[in-house]
Amino acid sequence: MELFKNVNVDWMGKAKYFVTLSLVLLAAGWISIFRSHGLRYGIDFRGGTLVYVRFSGPPPLDKIRDGLRQAGFANSSIQGISDITNQSSQNDVVIGLEQQGTGDESLDAGKQAILDVLHKTFSTADASGKQDFNSITPSALALYLTQKDPLNLGAAAGDKYNQLALKLTAARDRDFGGIVTGFDQLKNVEGATPAVISTISNGFTLGNFTIRNVEIVGPKVGAQLRKQAVLATLYALGGMLLYIAFRFEWVYGAAAVIAVFHDVLITLGFFSLFHFEISLTVIAALLTLVGYSMNDTIVIFDRVRENLRLMRRESFPEIVNRSINQTLSRTILTSGLTFLTVLVLFLMGGEVLRAFSFAMVVGVVVGTYSSFGIAAPIVVVWIKYRGQGAAISAGSAAEKRVAAARR
Amino acid sequence: MNPQLKWKFILILIVIVFCIFGLVCLPEFPTSLAAVKQNLTDRIRLGLDLKGGSHLVLQVQVDEAIGQRCDQAIDELTRQLHQKTIPFGEIRRVDNSHILVRSVDSSSTANFRDLISNQFPDWTMSPAAGEANGFLLTMKPSVVADLRKNTMDQALETITRRINALGLTEPTIAFTGRGENEILVQLPGEGDPTRAKSVIQAGGQLELKALADEQTYPSEIAALGAHGGVLPPGTEIVPGREESAQGTSPQQVFYILERAPVVTGQDLRSATTSPSTNNPGRYQVDFKLSTSAATRFGPFTESHVGRRMAIVLDHHVYTAPVINSRIEDSGMIEGTFTQESAQDLALVLRAGALPASIKYLEERTVGPSLGADSIREGVRASIASLIVVMIFLVIYYRLSGVNAVVALMLNLVILVAFMAYAGAVLTLPGIAGVILTIGMGVDSNVLVFERIREELRNGKAAASAVALGFDRAFLTIIDTHVTTVVSAIFLFLFGTGPVRGFAVTLVIGLIANVFTSIYVSRAIFDYHLSRMGRQAVLSI
Repeated sequence: MELFKNVNVDWMGKAKYFVTLSLVLLAAGWISIFRSHGLRYGIDFRGGTLVYVRFSGPPPLDKIRDGLRQAGFANSSIQGISDITNQSSQNDVVIGLEQQGTGDESLDAGKQAILDVLHKTFSTADASGKQDFNSITPSALALYLTQKDPLNLGAAAGDKYNQLALKLTAARDRDFGGIVTGFDQLKNVEGATPAVISTISNGFTLGNFTIRNVEIVGPKVGAQLRKQAVLATLYALGGMLLYIAFRFEWVYGAAAVIAVFHDVLITLGFFSLFHFEISLTVIAALLTLVGYSMNDTIVIFDRVRENLRLMRRESFPEIVNRSINQTLSRTILTSGLTFLTVLVLFLMGGEVLRAFSFAMVVGVVVGTYSSFGIAAPIVVVWIKYRGQGAAISAGSAAEKRVAAARR
Repeated sequence: MNPQLKWKFILILIVIVFCIFGLVCLPEFPTSLAAVKQNLTDRIRLGLDLKGGSHLVLQVQVDEAIGQRCDQAIDELTRQLHQKTIPFGEIRRVDNSHILVRSVDSSSTANFRDLISNQFPDWTMSPAAGEANGFLLTMKPSVVADLRKNTMDQALETITRRINALGLTEPTIAFTGRGENEILVQLPGEGDPTRAKSVIQAGGQLELKALADEQTYPSEIAALGAHGGVLPPGTEIVPGREESAQGTSPQQVFYILERAPVVTGQDLRSATTSPSTNNPGRYQVDFKLSTSAATRFGPFTESHVGRRMAIVLDHHVYTAPVINSRIEDSGMIEGTFTQESAQDLALVLRAGALPASIKYLEERTVGPSLGADSIREGVRASIASLIVVMIFLVIYYRLSGVNAVVALMLNLVILVAFMAYAGAVLTLPGIAGVILTIGMGVDSNVLVFERIREELRNGKAAASAVALGFDRAFLTIIDTHVTTVVSAIFLFLFGTGPVRGFAVTLVIGLIANVFTSIYVSRAIFDYHLSRMGRQAVLSI
């Protein structure tokens, strides 16, 4: 099967449309950043407190909001999560507090306040002082079981209750997403005899929420991480510029770096347009797409270098057109496949990877386009400005290096 | 099969066996399927975001240690100046590493210079601007740097001892290498770091000091007032609690203590807990002193029978019992301790004091249920994308697509095995890295196959088309991989935990990909061609 055969498109003749398209996309994104939504920084860069709670039923958002307001956290953000691939996450809520509550003295004051409100509003823990099974640790459960000894093992119990406690909590966390709604749900756990289950149900209540994740980032760290993210991106671009300048000519390196920089800017614009948060993992995605977009550009440049040797009569723009056409099926295939994989990740990878895969989905498309729409035209314009001779000498210099590398 | 090709396959086989051995046959050779599964899960180290656990970043307030050194120097200098009868106006701490000495008597300037250069080698002296006969002492930068480093090392050691004593599994305690004076503490499986945090943060500085004044005062002003507004030399005011009568709640009071401690936490031989003898239901911390400290403590208590001695923890008087008789080497700390808080204090005392206080900068806790969900979703997404890619490859490139699928599978096996051998940590972004490796790994195959098709279209025979395809694509593949590795290296250098995991996975995946998509894939083609002979046709 072949999709692209003998393609013959005058890409360079259309360069001005590409540049216009890029400018429109850049403008749309950056108007959104500076004039409307702005860039939403995640907790890594902004600092603050984030508590991720799962409820056993539909989350009572209003009650949480009221509780927090009464506790003096009026500007807290409360967000439900919807994840099409994970039914139980429909009952998840993320509660966020801004910098407030992460003072110098006690970083976790905000977290404590949120936990207090949750316990006060929702906890079924009663006056009898029963513990909540949904928040008990394996070691505490093991201690309780050893004391009650439902299996009548006595001194022979040894490690058995520890193992049992581990299995019970693992079942709670893996099979029921951290929340058990009835003690008989535990009956399939290996070793959980009716005696064990009744002992547990006598000693514990079932709380209707569990803390899934807590993130607290102090203000200093936020600023530090922001700086590091920018530095990492700039250094990576610099490193690539050097490598390509070494393997080709510096104008190719510059063109490739301008193109991937363009990709990063457009992707950031999309983040603003679609309200996604910039987190540390998103920076990782941005750097990956920098490397990825660079791949596409290098494949085309490699071909240009090769064709400069073979086609001495054609003009430089024609050579570039030919090179893009020859590599087009590879470009579309690879990008298409990578696009599919990141799309799967976007749809199925879960909440934590959502923003990461969004960056990749946008980046793969923009990165592919920019290699022929931006990087190649820059080289063509430069060569035109310097005269055809420059192209030939660039080709032959590169040729010598290739020949040397082959040997 | 020609000998060269045979050796290629032998090498590939060795790599496969090595990888599979590394994944399922370590640490023990499995005898059942369950054991294989167990080995596999044991060999892949999961990051905190997948396993659940706590991640803390804390900052050691190193400047405090420098300030303390400065205070010590001021005390020592004051003593020496009095001893050598060098008149001066005032000694003042300017900041953590500068001391200002004002109006040194002009006839004693030479003596003062001698004193500084002989007795205070850590300090440099210069005339203070705008001060007649004033001198500015500056701590030498090399001394400050040493002090910083020692403080950090000591803090790391102390925190490590404390956490090990808590008995948590596989903790990581290391410098972050990110910001200044930062230490990273990772506690896998710890769903609630509250207790660990308070144990880490406890100062743990124990001092036993004599009371300079048997009275206690309700406020600092009252304490000063009792001595005419000026403290007796060598004493200090320390806050504390005192139970005025049986059954009443303790009140905040202030003590006037001798500045120099009789013994400190460094003199402890052991610290344990026991139920309190005086307050039923409460606990106390008992400690034993080292033999050298006991030789000081015995005579001290003997000469102070009938007087009170303060037990000071982190500049706060816990109790100030009356000494009834000579005490050799034991003592206890009473307070409103529960069993757990008494155990934690004993632990902190055994592990030693922090050289400076600490502040928390970052706290992240991943619950075990979220980690389990993330693994499930990550694995599901990986398998789904793998299947999509494989189906496409086989449809589009037919038998050659099968070749690519084999290379891709091997790529993944090598990636996972390599991570197991290197002890690299798999994080959630790392799983994304695996998925990206699938996507980018396919790129190499596509590059080669498209090139082979092109050569075939140009009328080349199958064998030379394959050779040309691989040769021409080789440099492109190297170039594309190197640029991606460059960006991954910067991710590793600047990233933290999960992001680093991503960079590591990506780099290993790309290196493995060069091997599978060029070496393995070509060997399979060559095998096919060698069997078909001159009339070989490619299914591509």
